[in-house]
Amino acid sequence: MTWKRGIALGVLASIFGLAMCANLVAPYPYEKQFRDSVLAPPSAAFPLGTDDLGRDRLSRLIYGTRVSLLLAPAAALLTTLFAGAFGLLAGYLGGAWEWGGKAVTDLFLSLPWLFLLLMVRAMLPLNASPEASLVITFALLGLLGWAVSARLVASAARGLKDSEFVLQARALGQPSWRLLIRHALPNLRPVLAAQFWLAVPVFLLTEANLGFLGLGVAEPLPSWGSLLRELEDFAAVRENPLLLAPAVLLVIVLSCLHIAARGKEQWS
Amino acid sequence: MIVRISRRVAWIVTLWLLAGFLGAVLVWMAPGFGIDERVLDPRWTKDSSVALRGDEQARLGPVSFYIDWLEHFARGDLGESNSLGRPVADLLRERLPITLRSAAAGLALGWAAGLILAVATYFIKLPGFDWLTAAVAGILLSLPSAVIAVLFVMLDAPVSWAIAAVIVPQVFSYARNLCNRAMCRTHVLMAAAKGVGSARIFFWHVLSTIGPQLLALAGVSVTLAFTAAIPIEVICDSPGVGQLAWLAAMARDLPLLVNITLIVTGITLTANSISDWATSASGIEGATR
Repeated sequence: MTWKRGIALGVLASIFGLAMCANLVAPYPYEKQFRDSVLAPPSAAFPLGTDDLGRDRLSRLIYGTRVSLLLAPAAALLTTLFAGAFGLLAGYLGGAWEWGGKAVTDLFLSLPWLFLLLMVRAMLPLNASPEASLVITFALLGLLGWAVSARLVASAARGLKDSEFVLQARALGQPSWRLLIRHALPNLRPVLAAQFWLAVPVFLLTEANLGFLGLGVAEPLPSWGSLLRELEDFAAVRENPLLLAPAVLLVIVLSCLHIAARGKEQWS
Repeated sequence: MIVRISRRVAWIVTLWLLAGFLGAVLVWMAPGFGIDERVLDPRWTKDSSVALRGDEQARLGPVSFYIDWLEHFARGDLGESNSLGRPVADLLRERLPITLRSAAAGLALGWAAGLILAVATYFIKLPGFDWLTAAVAGILLSLPSAVIAVLFVMLDAPVSWAIAAVIVPQVFSYARNLCNRAMCRTHVLMAAAKGVGSARIFFWHVLSTIGPQLLALAGVSVTLAFTAAIPIEVICDSPGVGQLAWLAAMARDLPLLVNITLIVTGITLTANSISDWATSASGIEGATR
């Protein structure tokens, strides 16, 4: 592990730890409205000020970080599992499986990512409850973002198919399912781990874009995407640069994730 | 050669038709699709309402809807937008050129800036310069397109600059990594050991190696530019197809959204195929996909 990767993982762990303890760390609940302090400037009581509904921005940032940092990895896990199963079957079994798998991944890769997300998101209710919108947003990311990973896993699985240890195991009469689970899958673990680490920042960015466009997590639940919507008020940003705090935190977390993912890529 | 190109074109058309079918299924599944307005009339009895619904659904299954849509598409009729009440073809005719212009200018600017920066890191050996360029690229890579758009609106910069800011870090990082890798090749090391100047090494040995590989990124960057166009056009209030897609999504106007997606898919598929073809014609398989 390089020192850069060590620092990146340390920063990530600290931010993750703080976000997980949001109930203890945040000064107020994320939805508490201080009607007498609407759009209050930064002060001792409200270090980042309050929004147009009188909610403490710092508390919302901490809770929003928890939402994004919990659910983006969950979506990445879902996409990695899906890509793993799909890629393994397509690459290892070959023939029609491989051809069909290639057609489906090509189809998903040909559709521009954000357009595809908008298309599927528009099909689902827009006025869903905050919790439902949360699940919808991250489930969509997880279910639609698997194509690139699946193609890489399929390519790696194809390489394993003719490796000596698999041929020996097959010669010993091992059934196909056992070859897949016991021999092929463990050897794909580094590829899957790298894909997981690469998917997390992509999903965080996409959620931020969707939230900014009003198609992400619904109010009053905070996420990085919904918190960044305040930047639409350009005049307010000029007056109070602390409004950029969610963007700065996003940059820090994503930079650390990129550094951590680079290490994983090298492993694979 | 002709066989390969024909195969590639056939594959693009197949993918596009499959994407169209996927879109048609989504439209067909969307709530409210194919419901006869007469059903909303309370004077119809329950039995009549059920019969009207049944008639409509039987008439418009996903496959027949798709075939119907394809027939209209071939005639240039893309239907009517539910939310804007205008023909989709007219909306696309008005807005697509705006996005195409912004994306083309953004791509040109982004590629030029990314390549210049990558070349600069090769030639400028000032302490901290490499670190600075990597940090700027890292920050731009870590910002959502929407936030980049906000920053450019605050700077009163055009839409194409914001698109360029999304493209620059991708091109820069990729080109710099390729340069670094090319520098470790034996023939480059040998040239350096023989005392060949760094400019000559770069233009004769490094650039010729990384050129075809950079072509592979060209197709991907077109997709990236169109994807970034959605939040950027929304924030910058630019009336292109990105903004139209967002308006359609907010109004749940799926027929409009599916048509926009298919047009953009056609453009990105063509760009990717040209890039793939150029890469393979150069004798090096693209490694970016």
